[in-house]
Amino acid sequence: MTLTALLNFNLPIVALLPFVGAVFAAWASKINRLASAWVAAFVTILSLAFLAPLMALPFAGETLIQSWQWIPSIGLEFAFRLDGLALLFALLILVIGLLVIIYARYYLSKKDSMGRFFSYFLMFMGSMLGVVLSENLIQLVVFWELTSLTSFLLISYWQHRQDARAGARMALVITGMGGLALLAGVLLLGHVVGSYNLTDVLASGELIQSHELYVPILILILLGVFTKSAQFPFHFWLPHAMAAPTPVSAYLHSATMVKAGIFLLARFFPVLSGSPEWAWLVGGAGLVTLLIGAYAALFQHDMKGLLAYSTISHLGLITLLFGFGTELAAVAAIFHIINHATFKASLFMVAGIIDHETGTRDMRRINGLLKYMPHTAVLAIIASSAMAGVPLLNGFLSKEMFFDQALTASHTSSWAWGIPFLVVIAAVFSVAYSLRFIHDVFFNGEPVNLPKTPHEPPRFMKIPVDLLVVICLAVGIAPMFTVAPILAVAVAGTLQTTPPEYSLAIWHGFNLPLMMSFVALVLGGLVYFYRKRLFEWHESNVAHWDARVIFNAVLGWVNALATVVTRSFDKGSLQHASVWVIATGLLAGFIGFATVSAPLLGERALLPMDAISILVVIVLILASVLTVTLHQKRLVALIMLGVVGLIVSLAFVKFSAPDLALTQLSVEVVTVVLLLLALYFLPQTTPKETSHFRVSRDIVIAVLSGVGVMLFTMAVLSRDFSPISEFFLLNSVPGGGGTNVVNVILVDFRGTDTLGEIAVLALAGLGIYAMLQGMKLPAPDHDSHGRLWNRDLHPEIMQTLTRLLLPLMTMIAIYIFLRGHNLPGGGFIAGLIAAVALIVQYLANGIAWTNDRLKFDMHWVIGLGLLIATATGLVAMGLGYPFLTTTFTYLNWPVVGKFEVASAIAFDLGVFLVVVGATVLSLVELGKLSDQSHKTQSPLKPQQENS
Amino acid sequence: MSHLTAWPVFLPLITGFFLIIAHMGGIRLQRSISFLATLGLVVLSFFLVSASMSVDHHVYLLGNWEAPFGIVLVLDKLSALMVIITSILAVGALWYAITTKTDEKGAHFHILFQLQLFGLNGAFLTGDVFNLFVFFEVLLLASYGLLLHGSGRLRTKAGLHYVVINLIGSTLFLFAVGALYGVLGTLNMADMAAKIAAAPSDDLGLIAAAGLLLLVVFGVKAAMFPLYLWMPRAYANTSAPVAALFAIMTKVGIYAIIRVHGTIFSDEAGDLAHFYTPWVLGLGLVTLLFAALGVMAAHGLREQVAYLVLASVATLLIGVGLNSPEALSATLYYLIHSTLIAGGMFLLADLVLRGRGAYEDRFESGPFMPGAIVIGSIFMFGAIAMTGMPPLSGFFGKVLILNAALDSSWFAWVISTVLIAGLLMILSVARSGSLIFYKTLSQEAGSGSSAVGEPLNRMAFVAVIGLFLASPVLVIFAQPITAFTDLTATQLFNSADYIQAVLSTEAVATTATVVEIKP
Repeated sequence: MTLTALLNFNLPIVALLPFVGAVFAAWASKINRLASAWVAAFVTILSLAFLAPLMALPFAGETLIQSWQWIPSIGLEFAFRLDGLALLFALLILVIGLLVIIYARYYLSKKDSMGRFFSYFLMFMGSMLGVVLSENLIQLVVFWELTSLTSFLLISYWQHRQDARAGARMALVITGMGGLALLAGVLLLGHVVGSYNLTDVLASGELIQSHELYVPILILILLGVFTKSAQFPFHFWLPHAMAAPTPVSAYLHSATMVKAGIFLLARFFPVLSGSPEWAWLVGGAGLVTLLIGAYAALFQHDMKGLLAYSTISHLGLITLLFGFGTELAAVAAIFHIINHATFKASLFMVAGIIDHETGTRDMRRINGLLKYMPHTAVLAIIASSAMAGVPLLNGFLSKEMFFDQALTASHTSSWAWGIPFLVVIAAVFSVAYSLRFIHDVFFNGEPVNLPKTPHEPPRFMKIPVDLLVVICLAVGIAPMFTVAPILAVAVAGTLQTTPPEYSLAIWHGFNLPLMMSFVALVLGGLVYFYRKRLFEWHESNVAHWDARVIFNAVLGWVNALATVVTRSFDKGSLQHASVWVIATGLLAGFIGFATVSAPLLGERALLPMDAISILVVIVLILASVLTVTLHQKRLVALIMLGVVGLIVSLAFVKFSAPDLALTQLSVEVVTVVLLLLALYFLPQTTPKETSHFRVSRDIVIAVLSGVGVMLFTMAVLSRDFSPISEFFLLNSVPGGGGTNVVNVILVDFRGTDTLGEIAVLALAGLGIYAMLQGMKLPAPDHDSHGRLWNRDLHPEIMQTLTRLLLPLMTMIAIYIFLRGHNLPGGGFIAGLIAAVALIVQYLANGIAWTNDRLKFDMHWVIGLGLLIATATGLVAMGLGYPFLTTTFTYLNWPVVGKFEVASAIAFDLGVFLVVVGATVLSLVELGKLSDQSHKTQSPLKPQQENS
Repeated sequence: MSHLTAWPVFLPLITGFFLIIAHMGGIRLQRSISFLATLGLVVLSFFLVSASMSVDHHVYLLGNWEAPFGIVLVLDKLSALMVIITSILAVGALWYAITTKTDEKGAHFHILFQLQLFGLNGAFLTGDVFNLFVFFEVLLLASYGLLLHGSGRLRTKAGLHYVVINLIGSTLFLFAVGALYGVLGTLNMADMAAKIAAAPSDDLGLIAAAGLLLLVVFGVKAAMFPLYLWMPRAYANTSAPVAALFAIMTKVGIYAIIRVHGTIFSDEAGDLAHFYTPWVLGLGLVTLLFAALGVMAAHGLREQVAYLVLASVATLLIGVGLNSPEALSATLYYLIHSTLIAGGMFLLADLVLRGRGAYEDRFESGPFMPGAIVIGSIFMFGAIAMTGMPPLSGFFGKVLILNAALDSSWFAWVISTVLIAGLLMILSVARSGSLIFYKTLSQEAGSGSSAVGEPLNRMAFVAVIGLFLASPVLVIFAQPITAFTDLTATQLFNSADYIQAVLSTEAVATTATVVEIKP
């Protein structure tokens, strides 16, 4: 019962099991080094076991789809598909994977971490299975990119090696780029078809090909294919990926990952092929890759390098076959995928064995190994012969089909007549490098200066190779009894129809393909015979062409661009950053007005100007300008700033806003004191002024901003105004219980704003406190004219006067506070006045003296203030009203008479306390800082405020 | 009368002043209060999400004054989502601060932290533009304090840039709000939307100008090109838990654009409907390119992560600029992902820095650091998530946005920019990862005493893992989560409902009489 239930989702299990296994493999290595290899093998077998019950379906012509909803809004499903093509690839991945696991267990040395290797290996296997089993294309891209990531990990497995790190990154960049292109292609494809599911896509060939997005889709998908399958011009990453351990090369770079691109070609063959664009792009890339790979392989001295270029060449061959676009070519392509996987994986394993046993892969040093390791030599010779296309081996069969297709294709168009010749040239080189692999390594005299004395490897290291070579032979001799069924199924899965008629016989009579094979074998032998001259020619003419140089140059160029752009924009200059913000603001205002054609100004009449206003405005402008121009004379500039502030309060008075005027005035006082304290620490000399250009630029921006803000304000003020403030005027007394509407707005209508603002004040105080803790700043001991600070610490007249002032100012503060709800005043202004009263004491008497008498921490005052203000709101909540709902009542006390008590006054008290606490805390902390700086320098130096 | 909507705002405030009073009681007491309150916030925000599912808009009239006269808090799905992301991120950052004892490096860490949360949640819940300004100020001051926490020359410099640029932003905010109030006569967003819909065509130019000015303000917060210059250094130089918490700060800007511009310039706004979106999209694309180049050019891991955050912000801007419910839903999904992962990434960068001793987080080969395999694996995880590689949430967020972009006339630009920027980032992160974790100096070369880093702090590491767990969760539970973001986006595009809900909510009956304005 449970087993049948399991069968309903065994496709995802097949693909995801290796990921689970990866965790176990990593974990198992902590127990025993070899345990992770066992886990890996077990997981692979288990995956095969889950796949096994389904194998019959493709053979019966059925396509199995198992899918679940994932992100339905974009049509992303968790969906798996098993048809012939998927089955073939899944089997390749699992079976060769199993063989490589056995091989790797012996290959890895004691120093290598087994857990890490097999964990990555299984993750890769899962990713590959995911690619081939995906029904949903986005899910396919997910697994596709996972193969890039896991291969990055596998290639860089020996992470201490520079070539491994560089090779891994190159592979990641190239295949990652292709993956992103593929994603774009798939998104467009899904957009055209209206579904990301393969079933739907495969049924929409005509729709796709007639769509205007067909060419972009094709190019993007092919970018994915070509990068992954190392097709020209992206082929160069593959040889550099040979820095990976050889089992990785055997698995990724022959049998699986590089075939993922080919798989995708096969997958999309029914819908994308058949157009001239397809023929040119796919066929062209395939042909060039075939030739380049075959040629370059011959000249590699590294065994793995030879195999890598040979792989590139064979991948080009398969791509070219798909490029032909006929059904029979697809059959040949699929057949060659199987054959290449078997002989190339075995050859990589052989190379690994030799590397393992001799300590080098350089074919100029490895010679005559036949007598040291005869068994391995036989295996290698058979596999290489298959690679060369020698009859009775599997490579021969698919190559014959390939030649046949090349001949067919040569009739299709006028440019194609040369294809058979080029193909034969490639085959010639293929024979030559296969010969080289056999002859150089196993014959050709004695080994040169090998690090180790070679001998046969452990028996189990050869078994995987044995098996693969047997397959090469079996398929080559009796194709009908071995490969035929799976090939037929895979072809059906690829074409999504019944496969065409084809013959797998070894003997087709004397025909042109056979001739071509023969010519290739003979000429290949000749080329190898005359290799010395060819090598010389290659060394002097071709060898310096290295795609890696171009790759690195492009990368370096992009890096340089990144640095230039980033460092010239993100300079770390505040002025630079501010200019951008202000200029953007200006531009935004301008664009806003330009967006809609509407008049800038409204129709309201302007108020008449009176002489006093004009005078005051002139003073304001003068003071502003002087603040800027006199910024080097800091004290003067500060006074000018004070003038600006005072005029602003005058403006408030003129426009009947006494509350604001009072607030502005008291804020002004506190700010000036604060700035004085801060100025004290600035260096005596100003830094170098900015250049003329910058100054003129800043003037332009400043003027534009000024004009802009003026126009903006005019635009607002010249329009009729019907705000909600009428409601406030009407409801201030009946709803808020106060006649001072400003105060009622502050503590009642918009009490939350005030709560936020006092939190800001509290933060400022606490922030300054936190910032100055433990900070020591050097203080100047004389002013800019070289005069020492006044020795009179606390002038007596000032002391006396301020002590008298304290009760007076406190009285005023209380008065202002109490009347606030009805007349100008309130907690904020009162708080500032009280703060000034206290600060004056600090100024006149010093911090120590005042702190002795003012025995509470200002933190408490701030905390209490916030608590009271918030509690007012919470009480309302307790009574079932929203936060900060107020109430008020009228009391009648003897003597005092009838007066109004509003709950908002408690809130205002909170405001008062926070204002006092935060202001005093900030100023006192700054004062303390200067106090300390003096003490550390010279105990006699008086305080700064007397300067 | 449910007060649920108000609690996420006032809980951190109350915690904040309790902490002020408790600051004499030592750091342990502050830690317990702060951490418990933040955990409480997480619990609370789950209730908020569930409340937002049951009723469309919870309107809370502060001071019992009806809109547009008083200030309203509005809980809808977007607000609930933002609050829950914030609180989860906050737990991670706070846990890290406590376990690494970063909170002891200066005074008042916990107070500032809680008031920061007060500002964040306030900004996410308020329905009033001026109140939003107030909460922006709370945020600014709290974040400035937090930014400087632990002090240091670079930190102080970056902090100064941060606060000055943001004060310029605040000034522009006042200009914009002042102008809008001057034209529309109201500050309540719903009312503003209604008034803009009915505005005479002569006023539209001014409204548009104020709207774009407001976009500049939010652009400064969100770190949109060319307004982001305060951001990379500030994030790279502050302490790790603060940088982690700041992962939500840029999202406040994104949120504000969605909320304010989305509401007042919605379909109802006539000529001005969605007029700002091409700017958001275009600048988002430029930001993304600059961010990707910044990721490449970074000298150290923290700077690189800061630029990665910039890239995620750019992606969000693109999503907002695409201006469709599908794109907005995708944006919100990506927002959850990018916030939590970026938070974790900043914490991880700090663990790397601690592990490398004198080499800090600079991109140069250092000695093999303690716990390199574990940290390196988790780094790879975070890097995959942040650069948008499969199989983690960054990829799916990106695919969702790209899928939504297919319907846009800009699709070729969007797809190519997003993918090319993605490639540049993958490339750069692969290089930095391999420099830090792979290319280690041999034991002899790196055995100088200054080079030896701290062993991995496992307790602190939990915070990284916890935040990173968001990524697989977002992938595995993509269906319910995208269902929620779909609903959220639909709700946001239905701004008429929002306006109706806010303006029709009635005050709790009291004895006081309310005088209506006579027409």
